[in-house]
Amino acid sequence: MAQRQTEQDLERRFQARVDAEEKIEPKDWMPAAYRKTLIRQISQHAHSEVVGMQPEGNWITRAPSLRRKAVLLAKVQDEAGHGLYLYSAAETLGTTREELVEALHRGKAKYSSIFNYPTLTWADIGAVGWLVDGAAIINQVALQRTSYGPYARAMIRICKEESFHQRQGYEIMLALAKGSAQQKAMAQDALNRFWWPSLMMFGPNDDESPNSAQSMKWKIKRKSNDQLRQEFVDQTVPQIEVLGLELPDPKLRWNEARGHYDFGAIDWEEFYRVIKGNGPCNRQRLQHHIKAERDGDWVREAMRAYEDKRRGREAA
Amino acid sequence: MACNPVRDRSDKNHSDGNMSKQTIVEYATRLGDDALILGHRLSEWCSNGPFLEEDIATINTSLDYIGRARMFLSYAAELEGAGRTEDDLAYTRDCRDFKNLLINELPRGDFAFTTVRQFLVDAFNLFFFEALVGSTDTQLAAIAAKSVKESRYHLRRSRDWMLRLGDGTEESHRRTQTALDDLWGYTDELFHMDPLESELLDTGVAVDRAAVRLRWEPLVTELIDAATLQLPQPYTLPGGGRQGVHTEHLGHLLAELQFVQRAYPGLQW
Repeated sequence: MAQRQTEQDLERRFQARVDAEEKIEPKDWMPAAYRKTLIRQISQHAHSEVVGMQPEGNWITRAPSLRRKAVLLAKVQDEAGHGLYLYSAAETLGTTREELVEALHRGKAKYSSIFNYPTLTWADIGAVGWLVDGAAIINQVALQRTSYGPYARAMIRICKEESFHQRQGYEIMLALAKGSAQQKAMAQDALNRFWWPSLMMFGPNDDESPNSAQSMKWKIKRKSNDQLRQEFVDQTVPQIEVLGLELPDPKLRWNEARGHYDFGAIDWEEFYRVIKGNGPCNRQRLQHHIKAERDGDWVREAMRAYEDKRRGREAA
Repeated sequence: MACNPVRDRSDKNHSDGNMSKQTIVEYATRLGDDALILGHRLSEWCSNGPFLEEDIATINTSLDYIGRARMFLSYAAELEGAGRTEDDLAYTRDCRDFKNLLINELPRGDFAFTTVRQFLVDAFNLFFFEALVGSTDTQLAAIAAKSVKESRYHLRRSRDWMLRLGDGTEESHRRTQTALDDLWGYTDELFHMDPLESELLDTGVAVDRAAVRLRWEPLVTELIDAATLQLPQPYTLPGGGRQGVHTEHLGHLLAELQFVQRAYPGLQW
């Protein structure tokens, strides 16, 4: 009984700190469910950065100019770096990168389902940078104020680089939109294919998102899925207009009364199908990640063996 | 088509000034091709490395090589004065017009192959660019100065990996020795001086590759020994890179590298 009282006290004090906008740090007491939610969310975020290297890496060897190649390499390198900070942020919660990667390989941990769509043309690299990184920034800007300190700080660092990524994506789209009829058609096609999956990146509608209320209360999440999605739409439509491309959804129009753009219904069946593993590239992405890991087994073993020998020699 | 061998011969009729300009264009193109092709091979490792930190490091090295390729090729294009750009050189020449050394174009292989190639080439590059810093061509000297710093870092990394893989496990030792044996025959080409480079050496523009060899060999031999590997039995493969006589692998690399520019020619991206 006394035990339960203490737990309740701790929880009350924890919530008071969260309410007062104090950051929770690794050594602080936190509810087990808070820890679990964070590990799930941060690892999902880390895996997204890493798996996202695949659809973009798919075009590094085919980038159409040396400048584009260099910029894309730099971008993908940043993504890998983001993966590293995020794995480190997750490790402060008492897990290891190995455990997180193993959960990914067993299909227990998820990554953003946008990366289960293929990058078929060069314009897709533009669309991914512009829309996917654009959506990610909206999410991440909100997360800079998340209640867990290491996650919030990782987000601040990541956001700076993501805005450069979004610009590089938009710049690719601009060049295509100003280019030949074929290039413009390529840009339009990429926009059409990536538009809906980008809207899905914010997750289910608020009334279908069961964990959201608790995450909002703990200030892990600072804005709801629908709020963030609306911000993304409002930000992106004028950018589509600047490109001179057609809107990818006939229902997209400015609603004066709401002060926001209205948009059509999202195909949630597709969303859940992809989340469950049946998107165009789910198997490919996971198998690629597993293969890279397996191919590297002997390298990591060699590293360990060499380290042991070196230490042995030093001790002798 | 300045890189076509037939046209090269007709250029001999030009005045001396033109000829030496043309030889520098060719020299810069060679060095640009070496950097571009190896940089491309390294970029193939993206998302395939043995762990995330290694992916980052390999991409970083690839970026250095691509950056170097851009400097050499844009200098070659500018000096040529025919209105071509770095991208024209990278994306519209065919296999026979590429002048990279063969060691750079071999498929990336396993991590041991990539490591051994990087080690052999990084060591070469360090000494080569240290010498090129003294070139009478200020543009080449400036590119070399940047490349020296990069190569020093690259070599530190590939040396460490040689030690770890050579003196790691039985498997890593076997893979590394195999890679070393397979690559060894391609190293001779790194040190070959042809009439063009000899002429540029006389005017203080180019590097004496024989002198680079004198520094490269002891370093490589010593490290091979420290990594518990065996120096391969000497053998030499017919290197034809500078004449545009490549391995079959280059054509496939170019098919991928040049795909967009070939499918949609003459556009801005």
